Amino acid sequence: MIREFTQSEFIFILSSARWTLLLTVLSLVLGGLFGFVVAIARTSRLAPLRLLAAGWIGVVQGIPVLILLFLAYYGLSMLGFDLPPIVAASISMAFYASAYLGEIWRGCIQAVPWQQWEASTALAFSRPQQYRYVILPQAMRIAVAPTVGFIVQLVKNTSIVSIIGVIELARAGNLVNNATFQPFKVFGTVALIYFAICWPISLLARRLEGKLNASRAG
Amino acid sequence: MPVVQVEGVHKRFGEVEVLKGIDLSVESGEVVAIIGRSGSGKSTLLRCINGLEQIQSGRIQVAGHGLDASAHGLRDLRKDVGIVFQSYNLFPHLRVGENIMLAPRVVLGVSKVEARSRAEETLAEVGLAERFDAWPDNLSGGQQQRVAIARSLAMRPKVMLFDEVTSALDPELTGEVLATMERLAAHGMTMLLVTHEMAFAERVATTTVFMHQGKVWEMGPSAKLFDAPQTAELKQFLGGGLK
Repeated sequence: MIREFTQSEFIFILSSARWTLLLTVLSLVLGGLFGFVVAIARTSRLAPLRLLAAGWIGVVQGIPVLILLFLAYYGLSMLGFDLPPIVAASISMAFYASAYLGEIWRGCIQAVPWQQWEASTALAFSRPQQYRYVILPQAMRIAVAPTVGFIVQLVKNTSIVSIIGVIELARAGNLVNNATFQPFKVFGTVALIYFAICWPISLLARRLEGKLNASRAG
Repeated sequence: MPVVQVEGVHKRFGEVEVLKGIDLSVESGEVVAIIGRSGSGKSTLLRCINGLEQIQSGRIQVAGHGLDASAHGLRDLRKDVGIVFQSYNLFPHLRVGENIMLAPRVVLGVSKVEARSRAEETLAEVGLAERFDAWPDNLSGGQQQRVAIARSLAMRPKVMLFDEVTSALDPELTGEVLATMERLAAHGMTMLLVTHEMAFAERVATTTVFMHQGKVWEMGPSAKLFDAPQTAELKQFLGGGLK
């Protein structure tokens, strides 16, 4: 029997967006923390740490997110860790985010002129003090735009976890479409909800950037 | 005992030996100008004195600190040695006052009140008391360089190093920076400066060192050195512009 695309279908789709949001927030927080460590390791003075971080970035960036997802979900269950799909999804998305954010932030740290390191070295700052008070505050300004760009990608890429049965926004749309055969209405709605999530993020970033620049010119 | 003592210092960048056995000692309150051609090793020597460059052999003692390899020892030494660079290198994300307060706060651990009073005091010393809340980007090159001097002074160093601090400045801005340095010298600060400002070196420096090919080629009281250079190389260097 073919169902109509009614309010209840719409609410089903809309409410499934909570998994998209949850997944984005989880992978961003976990991946961000881990990515920060990766970025610091990547700019360390210790060669082994640099290599380790570069290796992590290279490996994760070289694997499709889908395969990371399969590894976390099917692979870990083979080893006896039976993870709920949402947990496996969060882990794989966090790994994915850690490599990309690590690489983005490495670039931002290295974009701070080397004279800033030298000036703070000459003022007897320790290495952690240099990061904390001189380098990272400047790197953060540079990081706003590319980081937001990545977050928007991340929101959209969470749709991939539908494949292991997490009913997030894209999967919910697919289910409703299978029942209603109204792809334009259904996926148009899904697209609008994605847009409603991503657009404010971009807006916020533009305002944040404007504010940071204004404080400098002030 | 000298504030700065350099003995038999050799420094190589890869295959190139930049410093070929330097001996130099600077007494408290002395102002030493280091002159010489580009590539003579004068900036490198200055940067070795606060450990920004590592030396291959020889000994450097500054304000009672030996220049050993430990990070901790180096930081202790740098607390007593200020350096000002050609390119100012102010922290662009901090206002002028915050630029000066940061190192005393973070490195020396002084209170916020004390750091603030140091910043106000040193800013007044370089004649920029009213620019406490300005952003570095809104200052002229000469003003930025004077803030950089104030930033170093706020650490209460025993020695100040100046590495071609006027070389990036327009001629009309050079004067204000040199005047600041001259005042500092008059107040008894021990200073080493690498400079191309010969008139300044002759007038302000107690001693001038002429470096050539990685060696101290000639040194002596400034007046004597500029009036009666002994070596052909120094004669040529000083007279080069006139012939």
